[in-house]
Amino acid sequence: MSVLVNKDSKVIVQGFTGSEGTFHAGQMIEYGTNVVGGVTPGKGGSNHLDRPVFNTVADAVTTTGADVSIIFVPPAFAADAIMEAANAGIKVIVCITEGIPVKDMIHAREYIKGFDCRLIGPNCPGIITAGEAKVGIMPGFVFKKGKIGIVSKSGTLTYEAADQVAKAGMGITTAIGIGGDPIIGTTTKEAVELLMNDPETEGIIMIGEIGGNLEAIAARWIKDNAKKPVVGFIAGETAPKGRTMGHAGAIVGGDDDTAEAKKRIMRECGIHVVDSPAHIGAKMAEVLGIKA
Amino acid sequence: MNLHEYQGKSILKSFGVAIQEGVVVDKVEDAVAAAKKLTEETGTSWYVVKAQIHAGGRGKGTIEETGSHGVVLAKGIDQIEEKVNGILGGHLMTAQTNGKAKKVNKVLIAQDVYYPGESETSEFYMSVLLDREKGRNVIVYSTEGGMDIEHVAEHTPELIHKEFIDPRVGIQGFQARKIAFNLGLSGEAFKQMTKFVVALYNAYDGIDAAMFEINPVLKTSDNKIIAVDAKVTMDGNGLFRHPNYLAMRDKTEEDPTEVEADEAGLNFVKLDGNVACMVNGAGLAMATMDIIKLSGGNPANFLDVGGTANAERVEKAFHIILKDPNVKAILINIFGGIVRCDRVAQGVVDAYKNMGSIPVPIIVRLQGTNAVEAKRLIDESGLNVHSAVLLQEAADKVKEVLA
Repeated sequence: MSVLVNKDSKVIVQGFTGSEGTFHAGQMIEYGTNVVGGVTPGKGGSNHLDRPVFNTVADAVTTTGADVSIIFVPPAFAADAIMEAANAGIKVIVCITEGIPVKDMIHAREYIKGFDCRLIGPNCPGIITAGEAKVGIMPGFVFKKGKIGIVSKSGTLTYEAADQVAKAGMGITTAIGIGGDPIIGTTTKEAVELLMNDPETEGIIMIGEIGGNLEAIAARWIKDNAKKPVVGFIAGETAPKGRTMGHAGAIVGGDDDTAEAKKRIMRECGIHVVDSPAHIGAKMAEVLGIKA
Repeated sequence: MNLHEYQGKSILKSFGVAIQEGVVVDKVEDAVAAAKKLTEETGTSWYVVKAQIHAGGRGKGTIEETGSHGVVLAKGIDQIEEKVNGILGGHLMTAQTNGKAKKVNKVLIAQDVYYPGESETSEFYMSVLLDREKGRNVIVYSTEGGMDIEHVAEHTPELIHKEFIDPRVGIQGFQARKIAFNLGLSGEAFKQMTKFVVALYNAYDGIDAAMFEINPVLKTSDNKIIAVDAKVTMDGNGLFRHPNYLAMRDKTEEDPTEVEADEAGLNFVKLDGNVACMVNGAGLAMATMDIIKLSGGNPANFLDVGGTANAERVEKAFHIILKDPNVKAILINIFGGIVRCDRVAQGVVDAYKNMGSIPVPIIVRLQGTNAVEAKRLIDESGLNVHSAVLLQEAADKVKEVLA
């Protein structure tokens, strides 16, 4: 078991022949991900990385039976790519693209509600199920196979957490990078819920940051539904109010947006919160009673 | 990206929103002519002189050099020069300028809209922004205009109303009517308000704004509804569609180091601590700032160097960081995934050597691909650079160099 993607996932790459798409599709194939093809409008009928290229996602789905798509399309066209994937029947849509206008995402999010699909991202590192499928841009070797699930808004901080988990003698089931934009397809709570229901996952690491209330919503859900321990960290305790810290969504507007407020709510809901990002792995080992 | 009041108002006007008219000047010599022009266009004989800076609270704020407030009334054209002189070129400190006065490079000379007439004037609050939880735009409005909305939200939350907009159909007539009724309006003012609401929403939507706040929206004594102020923040990701609004960026309102970093493609935010950092990834960068604080220091900046931490970028980042004399140490924290740590380490060593010397200790923490080779490269370089592999080791080294 695992969540969202596994060795049976049939993955296509939107923006397949571009430089980002080419590089990361290559890395995904090397990891062992079942990449069945890609889409670049106008290049249908050709081959790229020994896989077929299609003009439309619909063509790719009809021919290959693809059920997962990863998007490396530039920001101006990315919302369109998300809607195309949903319309063609893709079940898990992972959008890596950073810099999509909020207005476009409002429309894309509304549009895909009419389809049986799940969007991960945008502005995210993707998803990895250790040892089975990497549908993202993360370094695969960091994610040792094990029993810990990760939900995170940040890329490199996810790698950091996975590395600490391995050094503490554990490993990863699935890591889900939900993205750092103001509007994202899968929320912290939804991603945590997926891992909470995954029988293989024994502990969950939830990494958030300043801005919005996704962590507070997840924390309240965890309080009522936790079947396994959750370790949490919120980045940006030292971030000033009113400034965007790299991620478009990482901005403190009101008092509830601060790292302090989020951590307080998470603690009240029974989450094992660490103040130092260096203690994520050790805290999980401690909670599960594992000695490295 | 933030806009000035006069820019926001010109955008509103282009979308059919009624505004308090005004003329912007950057020289005292132009002020009287501007006021005359305004009188010709609007018939006003009193004028409001308003400092144009990217911060609120201007009316209560004070110009350090002259003691004038940031927004003042000139009761006649003969007072214009004196009033403008009290503001233009001075430094304005308000409750929202974070303890540092901002230079006023432009003033807006605006018509007086609080003239007496058949009815009392009233002030409302209205803004359009994204509700992140719902993923929809929302119009926030209140009868309590002209005051600090955060204060209203805290003490009388029942006086703040919200109207969510369905992205599939945009703003509807019934919503505009509901807002106008909830603001207690009737007759001509009601009709004007419904038009105002629709035009304001269309302006927000049309320019890819992240926030459009009008405080106050004024009902004049002759039942017009007009925007007396405008605070606009653009969605930076939408600017590629609007070169005309991108051109409205006022770099003099921004920190010069941040402007330089931005031009070099570095994601940099200036802070006032003593330990600088250079990190790949925004989340890890924030986490690194937090580590600095936990180690007894304070972060001097946020800096995400992105995926390509080569010698050139690292050197540029060093230059930007070292402009701040408060910096006592630099923590470089790179989690090498696709990027190889040894390449980053080489970049750091080369950048260091190119710069000749760096006056503060550097702690480099490289983890991930080829971390061991990277550590060796740093350790054997003979430079004033401490290496670390684990995040905790880096934190401990920061503590050491600050001691």
